[in-house]
Amino acid sequence: MLEIRNVNKHYGTRQVLNGVSFGVESGRLTGFVGANGAGKTTTMRIILGVLSADSGTVLQDGVPLTSDDRRRFGYMPEERGLYPKMKVGEHLVYLARLHGLSPASARRNTAELLDRLGLGERAGDLVQSLSLGNQQRAQIAAALVHDPEFLVLDEPFSGLDPIAVEVVMNVLSGFAAQGAPVLFSSHQLDIVERLCDDVVIIADGQIRANGPREQLREQHSSPRFELRTEADAEWIRATPGISVLDLTAGLAVFEAETEAASQAVLRQALDRAPVTSFSQQRPSLAAIFKEVVQ
Amino acid sequence: MSTLQNSRAQVHPRHPTPSFARSVWLVATREIVARLRSRAFLISTGLLLLISIGSVVAGGIASQNQSLPRVAVVGSATQIVKQTEAFRIVEADDVAAAEKLVRAGDVSAAVVPATGEDAPLGVRIIALDSPPLDVLGTLSVAPAVSLLEPSPQSGGLVYLVSLGFGLVFFMSAITFGSTIAQSVVEEKQTRVVEILMTTIPVRALLGGKVVGNSIMAFGQIVAIGLLVAIGMATTGQTGLLGTVGPSIVWFAVFFAFGFVMLAALFAATASMVSRQEDVGSATSPVLFLVMIPYFLVIFFNDNATVLAIMSYIPFSAPVGMPMRIFLGTALWWEPLLSLAILLASTVVVILLGSRIYSNSLLRMGARVTFRQALRG
Repeated sequence: MLEIRNVNKHYGTRQVLNGVSFGVESGRLTGFVGANGAGKTTTMRIILGVLSADSGTVLQDGVPLTSDDRRRFGYMPEERGLYPKMKVGEHLVYLARLHGLSPASARRNTAELLDRLGLGERAGDLVQSLSLGNQQRAQIAAALVHDPEFLVLDEPFSGLDPIAVEVVMNVLSGFAAQGAPVLFSSHQLDIVERLCDDVVIIADGQIRANGPREQLREQHSSPRFELRTEADAEWIRATPGISVLDLTAGLAVFEAETEAASQAVLRQALDRAPVTSFSQQRPSLAAIFKEVVQ
Repeated sequence: MSTLQNSRAQVHPRHPTPSFARSVWLVATREIVARLRSRAFLISTGLLLLISIGSVVAGGIASQNQSLPRVAVVGSATQIVKQTEAFRIVEADDVAAAEKLVRAGDVSAAVVPATGEDAPLGVRIIALDSPPLDVLGTLSVAPAVSLLEPSPQSGGLVYLVSLGFGLVFFMSAITFGSTIAQSVVEEKQTRVVEILMTTIPVRALLGGKVVGNSIMAFGQIVAIGLLVAIGMATTGQTGLLGTVGPSIVWFAVFFAFGFVMLAALFAATASMVSRQEDVGSATSPVLFLVMIPYFLVIFFNDNATVLAIMSYIPFSAPVGMPMRIFLGTALWWEPLLSLAILLASTVVVILLGSRIYSNSLLRMGARVTFRQALRG
């Protein structure tokens, strides 16, 4: 696994990263979420060694990363870019060879990836002749072409149409399924929610929340419950330790002071009428994000 | 964890990290291929080669057509005049016929056999209205002359050779220098540089660009040199080739190292800006460094002191030292010393340049100042 430990960075007088620490587990997709300027790109650049941190370390399996280790990373920078006047296929082969692949395996990887990303027929076209969406796919191919052992992608989904989003999601999931750690940032919280096993939330250069997605939702669950019953639920208002937020015929949303109070409500409800559902409300990632960022 | 590691290793076989030299070579190859595919490069190279071969051929034709004075000869005088190889000979039957040719203006003079005290050479010269100095000079016996300050090359030739070295150095440095500068900014502007930086060491990227473009520049110089040499040989200017040849070889050697130094400077200064529009102003200090030796050698090619200084300053040595070798004013060890100075300064410039380059590559937007670029 990859571990970012207590990383600090400042530009001029502005502290852009403040004691940033989190881990990226092997074989899992980790989503890196934060507002513009929160420090995502800076963190990723420091992981890749493009920028150096003021203090703090980046470790792989407990050992500080060397520049040789980083050559085995796949990186998609926030600032996209390929040589506009190179052919797509040649460009990918060139990058793969810079990473040390033999000409044969560079060509094989390029052909496979372009097919998977739906760009197989564009291999002979100049990069500048591709549409923006296709350039974006080529950019993703550039991050993957050398069989990286680790993926760091800065906003891989921005600028992609819904079909391309699906394609890229599949490619990333497949990559993680092979056992590689994958870290990617995104503004699109719905994608992160669907795709990620782990979530890291950053704001103002500080990590605000960090952990498995479901665990985060658990932690940020309010003591808020939803009860559906076939009878009128007006009686809940009188139950001790309960404050009702919303009450319509057959549906009650309430907060319970204790776990026991909520269970008491459920028991009473069952005594009065059949209960069709009883659940604790789990917040969406967007809600958690709003909460921790404030 | 260990099984996961194992399965990972199988799915993703590790590719050995390429050596520094290998990375440099891969980058250099890409630069060369990019140049060879650029129409602008092919056209400008073609033009440069055409101009150089054209000037050699034109020089050859001019020297062959130089009209030798026509001289009429009679009898035994023919042999004497022929030996000089300085005249076009018109044989006349007798003295009267020769005089007729002189009067008609067909020949500038006639050389006829003579005997007696006043004709130690056994010939007499007949001319129309004044003694023909060219014929007299060739046929008379001149006393020995000692020159106190001999000039082995004629003034016109010196000027032409200095112009040639200056122009070729200037043109190649500007052409390939600005090509390097543009390709550095292209990588910054298109942002491909961030991927490259995470793939290979920044020094390898800079090294590859310098090596690739230097190979192209040097190849162009060698092609011009070969064409000029072949042209001179085939148009019968072998004498000139013998005098210019050694200095052309030295020029090529000095150019090879001098260009590497300039290339590193162009790359470093260009890396400080982010847009093609700013390349010109960023690289202008380097352009001055290239232009100064060009103008100096043209205006001061007859000034031994200026040339001597030029031949040791790294920026002007590629022009100054070959010039002194051509003039024969350089001692045998002087080019070697100058080359050593050039090599040392090339190393320093590359170290400094790669520092500026790596510190500037990720600074987008506003122009990076020298202080920022050197400090990091």
